Amino acid sequence: MYKVSFQLRRNHDHAQRSHPFPNQACFLLFLGGILLVHSMFGQHADLIPSSHLINPADLVALLQSSKTPKPLVLQVGSHVLFSQAHIAGSEYVGAGSSQAGLEQLRQRVEKLPRGTAIVIYCGCCPWNHCPNVKPADDALREMGFTNVKVLYIPNNFGSDWVDKGYPVAKGE
Amino acid sequence: MRRKNLLILLGIIVFSLAAYFGSHAGHFARPAAAQGAIAPDFDLPLLNGGQLKLSTLRGKVILLDFWATWCEPCREEIPHFIDLQKRYGPEGLQIVGISMDDSPDPVHEFYRQFKINYPVVMGDAKTGELYGGVLGLPIAFLIGRDGRIQVKHIGAVNLTMLEGEIVKLLRERQDFAVILQRPVH
Repeated sequence: MYKVSFQLRRNHDHAQRSHPFPNQACFLLFLGGILLVHSMFGQHADLIPSSHLINPADLVALLQSSKTPKPLVLQVGSHVLFSQAHIAGSEYVGAGSSQAGLEQLRQRVEKLPRGTAIVIYCGCCPWNHCPNVKPADDALREMGFTNVKVLYIPNNFGSDWVDKGYPVAKGE
Repeated sequence: MRRKNLLILLGIIVFSLAAYFGSHAGHFARPAAAQGAIAPDFDLPLLNGGQLKLSTLRGKVILLDFWATWCEPCREEIPHFIDLQKRYGPEGLQIVGISMDDSPDPVHEFYRQFKINYPVVMGDAKTGELYGGVLGLPIAFLIGRDGRIQVKHIGAVNLTMLEGEIVKLLRERQDFAVILQRPVH
């Protein structure tokens, strides 16, 4: 994302030096096109504010701490991936990219106090392509939950959680 | 005295083993579908009916693509794979898509929409585990004519590099044919 922004800025500078107006217009059109395509193809995880995120190592520390209450950990991605491996103690609630999955998520948490600590995660694909965590994060905040974190998984669940030796369980 | 020492030694061994396995409880060792190993066989339902047993494709170069309709990088790769199948199919390339979608419904739609020209099977957790755990998509395995895994690509594949690997494996046809005809003594 940063690389793209940087490249765009360089193109912009170059445009200003040679033909100011037409190239600026082209650049804006190009930027508009990118934003349009982005909005058309779902809400990616890179739109989640960094204040909503938690790193895998911090979550592990939280789960292993005897001093703090454990958060409710929910997987909001693929069930086939969940069956192979998931964070020990976490629950599957449906893919955040589908209405059915979001409904399952709402049903799971609707009776909980709005201050309940909840961590959601997916890890289906690289972070900037994950279609599931952003809608799930939005849905929980719209319901009034104030203590929600999204697990930041840059590559995928295998590389960033399982291969690091963090606690994992298998099955339904 | 000797018996007492033996009991102490036994106790230490039991304690050490308990400590070792206790500290590893809850961790998950991923079996590797390693380079050079025979690709694990499977017999899975084809999207359009029938079954596909991987080992029946022995003798072809196989690109095994784990994907899902909700995975954007996977979707972006599909038109390129269709093109590769069209160009290299006559020379012995066989692409096989393994959908890791939870349900076949969106896969049917996608298959029709993109006019996929290679077989697609519905994968499951067991298939993923066979290949060392498919815990993120896309993942692709390139398998040689001898049925051995040659390359594993995690994440979106570099298409130029992939095509080079495919061409290299397809060219091994002559060598493989010679090996097959070689008398066994």
